[in-house]
Amino acid sequence: MSYIIESFRQLFGSEPRRPEKSEISPEALAVHVYKKQNPFDKEAFDVARQAHARDAKKWRNRRWATLLVINLLFVVSYYFDVQLLEGALTASRFMGFHMADLNSALQVTLAFKHMVLNLVIGTATIFVLWVLLGGRTFCSWVCPYHLLSEWAESVHLYLADKGWVKDHSFNRKVRSLFYLIFALLALITGYTIFETISVTGIVSRALIYGPGVALIWVGLVLLFEVFYSRRAWCRYVCPIGITYGVVGALSPLRVKFVLKDCHHEGECRKVCLVPHVLDMTVKGKAVHTEVDVSADCTRCGMCVDVCPTNSLRFEIKGLGKHL
Amino acid sequence: MSKQSKSNRPAKRKLSAKHVEQNRREFLRTSALAVGVMGFSLVGLLPVVQGKSLALRPPGALKTPSDERDFLSSCIKCGQCVQVCPVNAIKLAELDKGVGIGVPYIDAREQACDFSCDGLQCVLACPTGALTHDLDYPADSRMGFAKVAEPRKCLAIQGKGFKGLARGPDYTGLLRYDEIDRWNPIPVADYPYDLELCDLCVRQCPIEIRIAQCAAAEAEGEQNKDRVAQRQGNECPPKHAIAFEPFGGDDGIKRMKPVILDGCVGCGVCEMICPPEPPAIVIDIMQDADNMRGAS
Repeated sequence: MSYIIESFRQLFGSEPRRPEKSEISPEALAVHVYKKQNPFDKEAFDVARQAHARDAKKWRNRRWATLLVINLLFVVSYYFDVQLLEGALTASRFMGFHMADLNSALQVTLAFKHMVLNLVIGTATIFVLWVLLGGRTFCSWVCPYHLLSEWAESVHLYLADKGWVKDHSFNRKVRSLFYLIFALLALITGYTIFETISVTGIVSRALIYGPGVALIWVGLVLLFEVFYSRRAWCRYVCPIGITYGVVGALSPLRVKFVLKDCHHEGECRKVCLVPHVLDMTVKGKAVHTEVDVSADCTRCGMCVDVCPTNSLRFEIKGLGKHL
Repeated sequence: MSKQSKSNRPAKRKLSAKHVEQNRREFLRTSALAVGVMGFSLVGLLPVVQGKSLALRPPGALKTPSDERDFLSSCIKCGQCVQVCPVNAIKLAELDKGVGIGVPYIDAREQACDFSCDGLQCVLACPTGALTHDLDYPADSRMGFAKVAEPRKCLAIQGKGFKGLARGPDYTGLLRYDEIDRWNPIPVADYPYDLELCDLCVRQCPIEIRIAQCAAAEAEGEQNKDRVAQRQGNECPPKHAIAFEPFGGDDGIKRMKPVILDGCVGCGVCEMICPPEPPAIVIDIMQDADNMRGAS
């Protein structure tokens, strides 16, 4: 329950809760104290880091492959008329089974105030799917804009490294504000206002039905991310992330932090799209020897890839088995 | 965006003051972002409010001629209707239609819906009911209503015949010609006509073709009585859509005038096939067979 509450707090833009000293379990405290008394051997750590570097793109490669395959399946299905995965990301049919994007379905339902059976089936299917697979997993493993944004991010980081651009942060609560406003607008105006600017929908349709002027908007958002604010759309705007995040709070598929071997050097927080979810990796903050990362996490696996000590891992809650 | 980048000055040294300043700037930036994103998305309402998003929609679209609100709100913008259409008549609207982005429409002059799927595949494909399942047959749809907009261009009114390709050799549109291929539409550019008096709008009207087929089946005296009954019902269009009416004739030239009838569903095949440029006959999306009396 506390996991769900903390997930919601972070999803809606609050900073991670600072645990009281008294909340830290004796086992975790023992590890914290041990680490304080026995500083890490820097050279040994560097060796471990270099040895790890070879393995450092495992999850990224799997994720990119998945993302590309899913999106290409849409394209190929239409292009060759094989009816495997018809439609676009907003709603589709996989071998005839209805699927509907949860946020698009929500917007349409709020605007139209009625749900036909096919939409109920599609929404329920996708809901169950993402409860099992981790909610915001949609963002990093399926959303085509995420991939573009990742590339824009590497350009941003390169330029930032040269000192030519600077990352400007926004208050993360603004995403909840957008969520609320877009929901209310759909309800009041009766139009799906968010779909007009949804870069996910635009890119998905452009891939399948051919490019259009709407891609200029996508380009502008990407430029904004490169030159002004890193990953701004996913971090501060996109309501789809919140919808799937809420679903993900119920999901057994999570990233788990294991305190024991962590060097607290913070590489994971540097690569993360939502670094606040990794707050427990800061020295002395973990309240248990193992802590689950909150549901705002997109399960992209970048922290898992970058961690030299394997202190961050995928887990399926209840199966007790690491991937 | 330019407004925001101005706030990018080096922060002050003193820590607490620096924090206050940082927070103040983040608040301003965030407000600007909120206003910017909301502003841009609300601009999307303009084309709808101005009525510029109105278009010829696929069969079954949840709309009245002048009110597309239900259609735009219920459409999930997935394009499954686009994918099933055998003549590729359906396209998705662009960003210039604002909140109508990604919503299907038909450009009849380029490629009309000729109902060659028979079963209204787009309606069956629609996951949200934006193309309502309430209709069973092409004759039930209300997409618009044909009108002779340029009578002077009409070859039949001029008493002229038509020989050759209706839309020229480069035209890419498709139509189903039953006698050539019952199941697959072919390019209009592959089907030359030789007509004493041009009657393309009547000849190619899907509703009229269906009525003729039903009449032929009945004339042959179909054995299966149930089947006849079914054809007499909804599957056979109950009303004619377009007919020729002779007129004038003092100069001895045989002239005909196309007259649009109550059975017209506004599919746009007449607009598509009409040889002159601009076409003599077009679809009026602001009217349909059910709303004729109120509108005219």
